Amino acid sequence: MSPEATHDEIARFNFLANFNKYMSNVVVAGIAVAYERRVAPHWRAQHGVDPADRREIRAAMSADAYYQLWSALRRSGMEIRQQAGRSLVLRQMQALRDRARELNAACAATLRLDDSITIPRYQSELDNHCMPGSYYAEYIDDDVSAAANYDAGMFATTTGLFGRYLDGAGRGTAHWLRRYRPGWQPRRILDLGCGLGHNLLPLARAYLEAEVIGVDIAAPMLRYGHARAVGMGLGRVIFQQANAERLPFEDASFDFIYSTMFLHETSHAALRNILGEVHRLLAPGGVQLHLEQPPYRGMSDFEQFLRDWDCHYNNEPFWSALHETHLPTLLAEKGFAQTDIFETEIHAIVEDEMPKVAAEIEDFGRGGLWYACGAAA
Amino acid sequence: MNKPDLQKLINAAASGKRPHFFSDHDVDRLLSIVWAMAAELAVTRERLDTVERLLAKRALLDRAAIDAYRPDGAAAAERGQWQMEYLSRLLRVLQQEVDALQREVR
Repeated sequence: MSPEATHDEIARFNFLANFNKYMSNVVVAGIAVAYERRVAPHWRAQHGVDPADRREIRAAMSADAYYQLWSALRRSGMEIRQQAGRSLVLRQMQALRDRARELNAACAATLRLDDSITIPRYQSELDNHCMPGSYYAEYIDDDVSAAANYDAGMFATTTGLFGRYLDGAGRGTAHWLRRYRPGWQPRRILDLGCGLGHNLLPLARAYLEAEVIGVDIAAPMLRYGHARAVGMGLGRVIFQQANAERLPFEDASFDFIYSTMFLHETSHAALRNILGEVHRLLAPGGVQLHLEQPPYRGMSDFEQFLRDWDCHYNNEPFWSALHETHLPTLLAEKGFAQTDIFETEIHAIVEDEMPKVAAEIEDFGRGGLWYACGAAA
Repeated sequence: MNKPDLQKLINAAASGKRPHFFSDHDVDRLLSIVWAMAAELAVTRERLDTVERLLAKRALLDRAAIDAYRPDGAAAAERGQWQMEYLSRLLRVLQQEVDALQREVR
């Protein structure tokens, strides 16, 4: 279900992957140097104290020439990545749509679109991480181009750390669950904000008997994701259009509910509603798990400042708030027992030939290692 | 959808304000062009590398023939089309500026 790429289109992504790697392995280290050698001393000379928090560090760094150039290059790289993906995908959007239609028709019962779903304001106000048209724009009938672009470009953005099929987080989650609950067979599994199902399919492979459902608001992602799953022999996986704040499922009807890199793309109000829905939907004895970048608590102000870049310059408006939210407390407020709530780490599981997170310097938000917060019901 | 529309769609900006990092905003704009150009240079270099390796493998590379080559009409038209798309890629930031101005007028 992938777009066909020419030599130059592949070369463009090769450049972007190498550029991102160079930025995280080489260039980013200079920011700490600039901060320690000239920015912090200058601030101390002016104010008599160190910058008090990440906001003051950002204010101080914003005038620094190295940080300015790094930021401008990083932003340019994101924009070039979007253009590269769109020029690859939009020229063949009809062919991709036709291919998706064909595959989707073969397993029509497991693609459940709902015209009545509207895009919530927290999504429609700003195109997520600088994707023109975000996840949901449709230029032709039954369009899948938003998803094809996301799929094609993510490998370059993550430089292989999420695996060949970009499913490292899903595979890591399945691996974690099998160790957390050895021998357990969840009957029904729900992935919130599944997108095109990168991290949904590994759960279907790990639990062959389970009914596996991914929900998302964006129809192009679901159409493409379902077609991709059918093409991979996983037509039993259900892709359902729904808003995770108001899910069309019965109380206590899922054994395992999870999300990967989803919560930071929702507003705080939506986050509370979503976790409320998880509490309602989780069956007795069930488990929930949410993968995210680590929270800011316990980090140095400087690291917080670096990680916060995406919030300000990459259209991630809820990034800072989510990383300041104490998810265990929120889960407790939603009715989970304090003793059943936990925090852990999930490593991406990727093919042997792919790079591993340990071998790379983490690029503040793009490495294959996640913080996870969960609870047992 | 005709060709110019597709190019416009490809080069569209994400909603939300584009940040600027330099005190002179023109530097941000210039860097956006320069960096797109850097990407395209890398693409060209990779293509050239592919060509050279393929030719060398088949013992077909004759460098004098490269300098002597003159494209025919169809080849020249294809190259011209490539140049147009190349330029729209490099100058994306200008298109987006005009797009934004037009939205404001409406």
